[in-house]
Amino acid sequence: MKAAVIVFPGSNCDRDCKVAIERSTGAHVDMVWHGDTALPEGVDLIVLPGGFSYGDYLRCGAMAALSPIMTEVKAAAERGVATVGICNGFQVLCEARMLPGALLRNERLKYVCKAVDLDVVNAQTRFTAGYAGRRQVAMTVGNGEGNFFADAETLDRLEGEGQVVFRYLDNPNGSARGIAGIVNAKGNVLGLMPHPDRAFEADLGSADGAVLFQSALASA
Amino acid sequence: MRATVHVYLKPGVLDVQGKAVEQALHGLGWGGVSGVRVGRTIEFDLAATDATAAQAEVQAMCDKLLANTVIESYRVEVA
Repeated sequence: MKAAVIVFPGSNCDRDCKVAIERSTGAHVDMVWHGDTALPEGVDLIVLPGGFSYGDYLRCGAMAALSPIMTEVKAAAERGVATVGICNGFQVLCEARMLPGALLRNERLKYVCKAVDLDVVNAQTRFTAGYAGRRQVAMTVGNGEGNFFADAETLDRLEGEGQVVFRYLDNPNGSARGIAGIVNAKGNVLGLMPHPDRAFEADLGSADGAVLFQSALASA
Repeated sequence: MRATVHVYLKPGVLDVQGKAVEQALHGLGWGGVSGVRVGRTIEFDLAATDATAAQAEVQAMCDKLLANTVIESYRVEVA
């Protein structure tokens, strides 16, 4: 099993992601620079990490979405490779139009850094199958622009098609319909604001994030 | 030519920054203020000399990078 973590200038959870994936799955993890034009051969999982790519200039994730490596990430995702964007990575996926919607400034204009309980809305995805029907998991969030927005029609479609994967039990940032994570229509691209990479063993307060990485690789 | 791009959140998208500024203005006694929107202005020089072509070029830049049309609308001025 092989995973790749994309490193943008300003990413700061890239090494957390590497350690989280290695410890929870035993997979080999390559760090891939944003300026690269190829992904490692035979990659089973691509992770876009949290942080402040390009200093969050213009819009969070806007410039990262146009990085050279993103052409390859899009092509791999189209081939069906499991792709996860966490926090800033979720913003990048939305900016790259690989996921619908956008992340706005938090409703109360505050950076929110706290533990959150999540409802596993869809446990049938390749990222959540390992929760085996568990409805509630714990992770943490750390974001200033994590307020998920999409128009009503898109939100209805996401809900109707089972593309809403995680919902906050107690919405920390004003996200539309309490949405914390979504998948694309094909089900192989997941974006979420909470950090599974900060919840991969009990000493961190929760090991629920490990299951997400395990599921993603088990499905490859 | 000089291009000026104004980017704002679309009318249906809650502008929390605008709302906070509006409340601050109310707090300072300007109770008549409403509908505050906070946007951004981007200015740059263009090599193009034809205004119509420049307008189209800047519009392409907006769609590709300068604005996220899922949440933002933009207005281009070329002079």
